Amino acid sequence: MVTTLYRIIKYGMKSFFRNGWQSVPTLSVMTLAMFVFLSLMLFNVFTNDVLVSLRDKIDISVYFQQTVSEDDILRVQRSLESLAEVKSVTYVSRDQALAAFRQRHQDDPTITQALDVLGENPLSASLNIKANDPKDFPVIAAYLGGDSLKPMIDQVTYNQNQVVIDRLASIVDTSQRAGIALTVILSIIAILVTLNTIILTIYSTRDEIGVMRLVGAGNKFIRGPYIVQGVLFGVFAAVLAIVIMMPIMYAASPYVRILLPDIDLQGYFYGNMGMLFGYELIFGILLGSVSSVIAVSRYLKL
Amino acid sequence: MISFQNVNKVYGDHLVALENVNFTIKPNEFVSLVGRNGAGKSTIIKLLIGEEKPTKGRIIFGPYEVNKLKPHELSILRRQIGIVFQDFRLLPTKNAYENVAFALEVEGRPQSEIDQFVPQVLDMVGLSHRAYNFPHELSGGEKQRVAIARAMIHRPAVLVADEPTGNLDPINTAEIIKLILKINELGTTVILVTHNKDIVNAIHRRVISVDSGRIIRDEEKGKYILA
Repeated sequence: MVTTLYRIIKYGMKSFFRNGWQSVPTLSVMTLAMFVFLSLMLFNVFTNDVLVSLRDKIDISVYFQQTVSEDDILRVQRSLESLAEVKSVTYVSRDQALAAFRQRHQDDPTITQALDVLGENPLSASLNIKANDPKDFPVIAAYLGGDSLKPMIDQVTYNQNQVVIDRLASIVDTSQRAGIALTVILSIIAILVTLNTIILTIYSTRDEIGVMRLVGAGNKFIRGPYIVQGVLFGVFAAVLAIVIMMPIMYAASPYVRILLPDIDLQGYFYGNMGMLFGYELIFGILLGSVSSVIAVSRYLKL
Repeated sequence: MISFQNVNKVYGDHLVALENVNFTIKPNEFVSLVGRNGAGKSTIIKLLIGEEKPTKGRIIFGPYEVNKLKPHELSILRRQIGIVFQDFRLLPTKNAYENVAFALEVEGRPQSEIDQFVPQVLDMVGLSHRAYNFPHELSGGEKQRVAIARAMIHRPAVLVADEPTGNLDPINTAEIIKLILKINELGTTVILVTHNKDIVNAIHRRVISVDSGRIIRDEEKGKYILA
């Protein structure tokens, strides 16, 4: 049993390396498939990061009446934090709001002078609320509109931003669904092309399979080396796809940074190299071995 | 040890390849199977090694009833028959040594036996110096000797040679036939399928003549006669 397994692996490797140039087309097609798979993984991460950073920018601000005490506002903050939909709540006091306002308009003398003339702080304290999901904002807005809180609140920005928030939420949803659909469709195409290429490769050796059967080789002994060969194709294709992706990441990263400053594509690529390569290996080995099994079984029928 | 009992084989609906074929081959016999192209010689061989199933009748090989074997049992049957073809049928991606060793490997024999037997058999067929050449680097006669070495390495009870000299020149033909006779003398049953009149007449062994799917003549020390 061990001897047979050893021989199957040995012959699989031998035929892989002896075929030389004959392996190149199959390897190219598989590398292409793996490359598509890798690109899709990166694309999904990329869109995900874009969405996360967009989501982070969405928030609701609640401005309180100037008469409301800080303690009351902090109580509201705690009650908001206890909601499942709420990700974080930041308190901005009147003084902080004024300081930020002055900072923002420090180059505009009319505004600073106007504030000085005014003498007192015209700004309200506020709470900035971020939700776990943009779709949850209506729930939070409804909570704020409740009878107990209503008298304290001067203004909720949600109502002004509602259209933007809703649209953003639907863009987020659609692009994620499109990403999944794209992944599925392109993966299926890659699998079919690879399968067909391997079937053609094995088709050229169908006479050999016939000879093996006549010499008395069992089906396992015939199929084994082809599976080993398919696995090797997968491994090599995975390595090649990663190697090809390296210069592309290097070239594309600066452009992505101009578009979206928060996203470091190359950094992500190298930082998650282990995981990406792992998925590539699993995908490649599955693709190669399953294709081989399907292809050989067509010529093993008795 | 081999016996065909009332064997009929019909391809499709009405292409009769064999009709009521009966014969028995005893251990250590040397039998020539002769006949025109399409007479049914190859069908007899295909039925013997289980590549085709008979439409009617029984085919006995040693302890096996070939017509009833399941696919996975066929590989075990075939390990007891050495087969040599006109077109050699070597594995093109393996060298001579590996082609011969393959017949032992399919049985799961240990490497030590392979290391011991393969050089012996290659020496017997006179190809020690070609062990590491691939089939495309060998001449026709050399290829056929590799095929014979592969057929004999696992010491099968029967050697089936299906027109083994069909692609060879007269000198190589004589050498291959000499080799097959030697194998027979060493105790292996041989079935030689041929339409080479000179060979059949020279060796003075049993001849079974087939014509249009029927056995028309079966003689000890026969001649090649097709009338």
